[in-house]
Amino acid sequence: MEGPKVQLFVTCLVDALAPEVGRASLDALEKAGCEVSFPLDQGCCGQPAFNVGLTADARMMARHTLEVLDATEGTIVIPSGSCVTMIVHHYPALFDGTPDADLAARVGGRVRELTQFLVDDIAAGVEARCDGCSVAFHHSCHGLRELGLRGQADELLAAVNRVEFEGDEECCGFGGLFSVEMPAVSTAIMDTKLDRLEASGADTVVGGDFSCLLHIEGGLRRRGSSIAVKHIAQLLGDDS
Amino acid sequence: MTEPVTFLSRAEALIGSHEAEAVEAGIRNFLVRRESSFAEFPIAEELRDRARAIRLHSLRHLDRLLAHFADRVGEAGATVHWAADAEEANRITAGILEDAGARLVVKSKSMVSEELELNHHLEGEGLTVVETDLGEFIVQLAGDTPSHIIAPVMHMTRQDVGRLFVEKLGVPYTDDPLELNRIARTHLRDIFLRADAGISGVNLAVAETGSMVLVTNEGNGRYTTTSPRLHIALMGMERIVSRWEDAAVILETLARSATGQHLSVYTNVVTGPRREGDPDGPEEMHVIVIDNGRSDILSGDTAEILACIRCGACLNACPVFRTAGGHAYGTVYSGPVGSIVTPGLHGMEPWWELPYASTLCGACEEVCPVRIQIPTMLLRLRERAAREGRLPGWLEKGMSRYANTVSDPSRWRRSKRWASRLSGPLSAGGWIRRLPGPGRGWTLSRDMRRPARESFADWWRSNRES
Repeated sequence: MEGPKVQLFVTCLVDALAPEVGRASLDALEKAGCEVSFPLDQGCCGQPAFNVGLTADARMMARHTLEVLDATEGTIVIPSGSCVTMIVHHYPALFDGTPDADLAARVGGRVRELTQFLVDDIAAGVEARCDGCSVAFHHSCHGLRELGLRGQADELLAAVNRVEFEGDEECCGFGGLFSVEMPAVSTAIMDTKLDRLEASGADTVVGGDFSCLLHIEGGLRRRGSSIAVKHIAQLLGDDS
Repeated sequence: MTEPVTFLSRAEALIGSHEAEAVEAGIRNFLVRRESSFAEFPIAEELRDRARAIRLHSLRHLDRLLAHFADRVGEAGATVHWAADAEEANRITAGILEDAGARLVVKSKSMVSEELELNHHLEGEGLTVVETDLGEFIVQLAGDTPSHIIAPVMHMTRQDVGRLFVEKLGVPYTDDPLELNRIARTHLRDIFLRADAGISGVNLAVAETGSMVLVTNEGNGRYTTTSPRLHIALMGMERIVSRWEDAAVILETLARSATGQHLSVYTNVVTGPRREGDPDGPEEMHVIVIDNGRSDILSGDTAEILACIRCGACLNACPVFRTAGGHAYGTVYSGPVGSIVTPGLHGMEPWWELPYASTLCGACEEVCPVRIQIPTMLLRLRERAAREGRLPGWLEKGMSRYANTVSDPSRWRRSKRWASRLSGPLSAGGWIRRLPGPGRGWTLSRDMRRPARESFADWWRSNRES
């Protein structure tokens, strides 16, 4: 029997900055028996423009994303709750009353976040592994509050040694372009997060959204911390 | 050239300060209390749904509710005034006080009076105005401004207050909260007894009976509205519900969200001035219903923000507020709700930047007792700011270039390769310590990954496409 057909949308940041997260996502999906394709023409979902209010630019990127994805079949899986939120929750508003409204609804209906897909949709039975690690899990805001992702990571990480992480549901201070527009504020919020991370005793911090992890990792490196930063896909797939 | 005073510059000055530490400590307290109050309450979510429906109903029928309210207030023997803006509200208030020959005025907490800068105006007319809410009293003594809509002195520690009382009231130093309270009470008691007029805010007006509800934890609201011979109530025009059963829902939601109480210590209901046989109460009562920009908000795409019941929960939940404190916002209404209300009331200039003072994490919406879609409103204001051409040039140009690049597959492919190559000289071991241009903000405190030599798309092309 053929496995579920999946289109992998890796997100622009993973594509350009962390291809290993893309490969790990691919591995995790293939281990779960999926038949994975990667639409090569994919770009950015448009969230950076949308979040600063540059709607025309956001629509341009969104329309391109919709066209690329609409030409494919199967479930579209994205290893980022934030980008899923953009497509599923914000595209309808972005295209409301335009000829692309149906397109947005059609594609949006096929989009799932990676852990949501693995746990809720196909009950893949894949398990995260991190031998000898003490893991702190950071819940990224959009996945948590807009998609309601919480138990999915817990289930995937069941066999991993987790540590208590104070404020694991609080923002890391990234906020997209907020991090460069208001660096002092972003940094102060991040510092609280990193202080708590260091206090947790974890040697590895894991999350489901690469953008927040890029922020956390950048801050940890600047501090000279040895805490490792991993996308949850990297604990699921072989490519870590 | 001096930099303009912006949210960012104010926040930079506050981050890590004594004031910011006081805010963080104060907020932690609030968060714990709110959470336990909701955790023990079995129908909390249903209550929030009802509160939202009630508030949205009020906004939809505001004209009718206000007309009905005004009729009932008139029947109860008080006078209703309508003020289109701050100038008119201040003029009406000063006129009423002058007609009554009032010189000494006591005030209970009123955010709308802060919005009007009423004290400043009245003092300019030669009146003496004394704040009687403990927090507001301290703020006034210090010549400061409130930093939180329900905890005006969240930015001060009790030690700060102790030192202030030594300096301003000439009492011996103490930082015992009970003792500080006693000092303020003694000081204010005499003023209450001498005051010619009391000015209050209105937490909630109830249209069916023309009543106004004031909630306090100190009883100063009751004193302000009953002891002096004249009472003036200032009310933002959206602060109204139809019926008492609606008011009950709002009051319970408000107390739980604001302070984690089941109900505030004092819930004071005022319906008209003293009647025949009443043991106390003012001889004369006026209600000033204030627009001051609210109609503009109501007719726009952030109207829902007027459903706010001013509990302050979104401030406490906001990572940006918690980091910088309320004074960073430079205005009366701070935090997530303030970042929507302020540009709405006072215009986008210079307030358009406030909606950007958010990571869009959504913690505000999660705690909002009336489920206002705060991040959505912030995004709408950002869209307006961008449409009005307020964004910096680098951002507009850069985003346009980025949008065009990622939407053109071959150009995007080339750009990723160039980015990796060009970033070589900037990086060491795959990491960049200092980015030029706007990226500098990132590398002030964070390293940045160097773009991968082989993007995921290129890897796929080499390994999976055949």
